[in-house]
Amino acid sequence: MLRIPCPWCGLRDEIEFRYRGDATAIRPAGDGGVDAFFSYVYERDNRRDWHLEWWLHTGGCRRLLEIERHTLTHEIRSVRDSAEALSARPAAAR
Amino acid sequence: MNATATSSLQPARDARQSAGRYSGWRLFLEGLTGQRGWPQAWAKATPRPRYRVVVVGGGGQGLATAYYLASEFGITDVAVVERGPIGLGNVGRNTTIIRSNYFRPENVRFYDYSLRLWAGLERRLNFNAMVSQRGTLNLFHTEAQRDLFTRRANQMRLLGVDAEAVSRGAVRALVPLVDLDNGRYPVLGGFLQRRGGTVRHDAVAWGYARAASAAGVDIIENREVTGIHRDGKRVIGVETTRGAIAADTVCLAVAGHSSHLAAMAGLRLPIESHVLQAFVTESVKPLLDVVLTYGAGHFYVSQSDRGGLVYGGAIDGYNSYAQRGTLPMAEEVAAAALTLMPALARLRVLRQWGGVVDMSMDGSPLISRTPLDGLILNGGWCYGGFKAIPAGGMATAHLIACGTPHPLAAHLALERFAAGRTVDERGLGPFPYAH
Repeated sequence: MLRIPCPWCGLRDEIEFRYRGDATAIRPAGDGGVDAFFSYVYERDNRRDWHLEWWLHTGGCRRLLEIERHTLTHEIRSVRDSAEALSARPAAAR
Repeated sequence: MNATATSSLQPARDARQSAGRYSGWRLFLEGLTGQRGWPQAWAKATPRPRYRVVVVGGGGQGLATAYYLASEFGITDVAVVERGPIGLGNVGRNTTIIRSNYFRPENVRFYDYSLRLWAGLERRLNFNAMVSQRGTLNLFHTEAQRDLFTRRANQMRLLGVDAEAVSRGAVRALVPLVDLDNGRYPVLGGFLQRRGGTVRHDAVAWGYARAASAAGVDIIENREVTGIHRDGKRVIGVETTRGAIAADTVCLAVAGHSSHLAAMAGLRLPIESHVLQAFVTESVKPLLDVVLTYGAGHFYVSQSDRGGLVYGGAIDGYNSYAQRGTLPMAEEVAAAALTLMPALARLRVLRQWGGVVDMSMDGSPLISRTPLDGLILNGGWCYGGFKAIPAGGMATAHLIACGTPHPLAAHLALERFAAGRTVDERGLGPFPYAH
C-alpha cells in the first residue's frame, strides 16, 4: 500500500488516487512534427529509478498531483500540486 | 557434462545428447537403481567469447527462441544469457493459462498457432510439461457483454478456431461453485474455448532449456547483462557481470525489463513496466476443471494438479520494477473471487507473488527489428507472454534466421506505432496502465 502525502489532504492511502502516467511526457507544439508527436504519445523512458508521474486524487481533493516515486522501492520523494509543477516548467513544456 | 550421463539405453551421439530420452521404461529402470542415473537436464555451459546469436534472458521466450533457432533453423552457435537461474523470472511467476480467444484476426492467428504448438510440445521436447487442454470459460453478465463475446466467438470461428457460446445451465454444470444469481452481476452465460487450458510453467522452462542444450545451445546462468556494445548503428555484443560476449545478433527477451535493457543500447521503447500479482490457495479436492474468468471484474482462476487454486487479476496499475504486489489489488482480486464463487471464502491463500511485465502502448507484444542493426526485440508481452511462448519463440527465431518477420507475427513490429497500425485488442489507446 502506497501512502501518498497529498499537499491538500495529508497522508492518504493509494486507493484514493488514480494513476495518470508519466509526467515527463510533454506535448510538443502543434507544428512539432510527426517524430516529436510519436515520441510524446508512445515512447517512454520507463526508468528503474526515480520516476516523475501524475496521480489524480479522485477520492480526496480531486487535484492532479505530480509525484516523484522510485519504481523499485516505491519510496515517494516529492509531491506537489500540478499547478505548481507546471508553473515551474518552461512555458513550452506545460 | 557429467560423465555418468551416458545411458546404456541410447547410443550416445555426443556428450549433450547422452542426457538421453525420458521414457516410462527409463523411469522404471531408474526406480530399480535408486534414481541415481539421471544427469543434469541441461549442460552448465562454459561460455565462449563469441556467438552468432546471443539471447539475453533465459525465460520462456528466450529459451524457446534459442531452441527453435537450433532445431528449426539449424543455427546452433547460440548462447542464452540469464541473470539468475533458469525459471525464476516471469516464466515461473505466471498463472499458466494458454488460450487463443482473441478478437483481432492477427491476434487469433498468432495465438492459435501457439496453441497448436503447445498441443505437440511435449512429444517434440520429450518433456512432460503437463499440457492440459481443459478449456477456458469466460463468463458474461450483461446483454451487451453477450453481444461482445458472440462477436468475438464468431470472429474466431470464421478463422477456423474453436469457440462456443454456452448457456447459463451449461455454466452451472461446468462450474457448480459459481454464484449465477449475484444480484448485481448475474451470470447470463459463457464463452468456451475447449482447446484452452493450462501448462506446468516450470516444466516449460526446463523442457525448452533441456532441448535447446541438447541441440547445441549454451545456457549461461547467473550472468547479468550490464551493457550492450555498439559500433555506430550496429550492435556487436553484450557486456556482462563476468566479461564481454561478442555476437552477430543480440536478441532481447527480457519482458518486464525490456526498456531497461534497450536503454543500454540507447533506445526508448513504447513500453511501461508494471507489476502483475498472482495467488495460490491451499490444496483442496478437485472443484474446478476449467480455466474460469469473471466478466464483471478482473479475475481468472484454475486449479493446479496439486489442488491449489491459482488465480490473478489486473496489474497493480502504476510503473513498477518491484517483483512484489501491493495490498489494494490483492484485496480487489479476492473480492472478485468471492463475488463469483462465495464458497472460496473458506480457502486460505497459501502464496502471493508479483512479476514485472512489459505493458506496451497498445497491449500487444513486440517481435521486431529495432533501429539498430543486429538487435532484435522480443518483449511487450503485457500479462500474456506465457501462452505465446512456442509461437513467440518460433517467430523470433524466424526473424533472426531469415531476417524477415514470421508471417503470423509481422503485425508485431515496432514500426506499427509510428505507422498508426497499433494492435489494440480492447481499443484503449496508448495508456499502458489501462490495458
